[in-house]
Amino acid sequence: MYISINEASRQYFIKGKGSTNALHKVNLDIEKGEFICLLGPSGCGKSTLLNLIAGFDKPTSGSVKINGEAVTKPSENRITIFQNYGLLPWRNVLRNVELGLEAKNIPKKKRRVIAEEYIELVGLSPYKNHYPAQLSGGMQQRVALARALAVDPEILLMDEPFGALDAMTRMNMQDEIERLWLEKKKTIIFVTHDIEEAVFLADRIVIMTPSPGKIKSIVKVPLGRKRDRTGADFLKIRDKVFEEFGLKDSVELDYYL
Amino acid sequence: MNILKKSIKAVVSISALIIIWQLVVLTGSFEESLLPSPAVVFQGIWEIIKDGTLFTNFKVSIARFLTGYLSAVFAGVILGLLLGWNKRIWSYVDPVVQVLRPVSPIAWFPFIVLWFGIGDGPAVVTIFIAAFYPILLSTVSGVGNVDAVYLKVADNFEIKQPALLFKIILPSAFPLIANGLHLALGSAWVFLVAGEMVGAQSGLGFMIIDARNSLRSDLVFAGIIIIGVLGLLLDRLVGLLESRIKRQWGIF
Repeated sequence: MYISINEASRQYFIKGKGSTNALHKVNLDIEKGEFICLLGPSGCGKSTLLNLIAGFDKPTSGSVKINGEAVTKPSENRITIFQNYGLLPWRNVLRNVELGLEAKNIPKKKRRVIAEEYIELVGLSPYKNHYPAQLSGGMQQRVALARALAVDPEILLMDEPFGALDAMTRMNMQDEIERLWLEKKKTIIFVTHDIEEAVFLADRIVIMTPSPGKIKSIVKVPLGRKRDRTGADFLKIRDKVFEEFGLKDSVELDYYL
Repeated sequence: MNILKKSIKAVVSISALIIIWQLVVLTGSFEESLLPSPAVVFQGIWEIIKDGTLFTNFKVSIARFLTGYLSAVFAGVILGLLLGWNKRIWSYVDPVVQVLRPVSPIAWFPFIVLWFGIGDGPAVVTIFIAAFYPILLSTVSGVGNVDAVYLKVADNFEIKQPALLFKIILPSAFPLIANGLHLALGSAWVFLVAGEMVGAQSGLGFMIIDARNSLRSDLVFAGIIIIGVLGLLLDRLVGLLESRIKRQWGIF
C-alpha cells in the first residue's frame, strides 16, 4: 500500500487536565493517485490525521508510513495547502510560486520558467506580478496550488482549503482541483466538513466522528468524472453520507400529524 | 484632499502659536534676551542660513546621526534576529536589557567622554544607545510573532537556515521592526542634540550651546525650531517609506 496508517493515535497532554484523544487507533490505507476526503465535524481529528501524514506531528502510538517508510518530518514530496493559503505577503505571485524551487537550488532562470508554467496552469498569468493582498481568496488559493505543484510532489494534503471562500467560488475551485488532479495524477488527501464537497471530489470518503477522533466508516463514490452535483446518483451518495452522520430523518416517523 | 485639509490645519495651528508668542512678547513683561520676538528669531534663522553656519553644522550632525543610527539598526536587527530565534539565550539576555534600557544615554555621558574622548565619538555613541534598544526589542518581538503558518510552509518546502531567517522570518517580522526603527529614529534625534552639547565642537546641538555662550537667545530659539522641523521631516520620510511597503504587502 502507498500510504498506510496503522493503529495511529494522537493524544494531547494538557497540564492539570489530563489528556485528550484527538485521534484514536486509526487504520487507513491509501493507494497512489487516489482522491481521499476526510469528512467530519470539528474535533473529529481530521486535521490531526492530516498533520500526521504531513509530518508536522507524530503519532503517540501506531504508525504512519509512506512507501513503507515511517513519516518523521515534513517533506517537499507532500505539500500541505492551508485554509488561509499561507502565501508570503511580501512576495508577488511569481516569487511565491518560486519559493519551493529556491530551496531545491534550481537556477534562477529555470525557476522562473517553471513558476510561469504553473501560474499558467492555474490561470493566473495576467496576475503574476500582483501581491497576494491584491488578489481575491479564490485567486490566492490558486497561487498556493501553483506553488505546491511547482515542486512536483507526489501527495497534496489539503486542510479545508476552500473553507474561507464563498459558495460560488468554492464550486469553481472544486472543479479546478479536480481538473488539476486528473491532469497531474497526484494523490490528494482533502480535509473538509462539507458533505457535498466530499461527494463531488472523493474516490473514497473517510467519515470521522469526534471524542475520541476516529474513523466511523468509509464510503466509496463510484461515480465518473466530472460529477453532476444535481444528478440522482450524486444525491443518493450524498444521502448515504448524511445517514452515516445520523443527519437524515428516519423513514419511520415517530410523530403523527 | 486629505493632505490639503491636514496642511491647512497645520498652517492654522502653527500660525496661532506664532501669534500667541508675538502677543506675549508685546505685553512687554519679558526682556528681549529672555524671550526674543518671532521676527527676530526668523531673522536669526535667515542669518545662519546666509552665512552657512546652519548648513555646515547640519552636515556634521546628519553624518553623526546616520553613523550612530545605522550602526544601531545593523546591530539591533542582527542581534534581535538571533536572540529572537534562540529563546533560551534571550531569556538570559532579556533581564540585562531590561535593566540597561531605561537608563538615559545622558547618564552614560561621563563614561562616554572618558571612553570615546571628544569630537564625533560621544555624539555617535549617544545616538547609538538611544536607537539600539527600541530596535533590538521590536526585532525580538517581531521574530517571536512570526505567523505559525509561514513557518509550517517553510518547513514543508524544506527551507533551512540561514534562508529561513532571511527569506521568512526577517520579512514577516518587518512590520514590527519598522515600528521599532521609526520609534528609534525619534529618540535618536532627541539625543543627537544632547550628545552634541557635551564634548562636540560642531553640529546642531553645539550651535545652540555656542549661541547661548555668545548670549544670542534669538539663535538658541532658531536652533530649536530648526531641530524640530528637521526631526519632523526625517520622521515623515521614514513614515512614508514604511507605509509604502506595508501597503504593498496589504498590512494597513
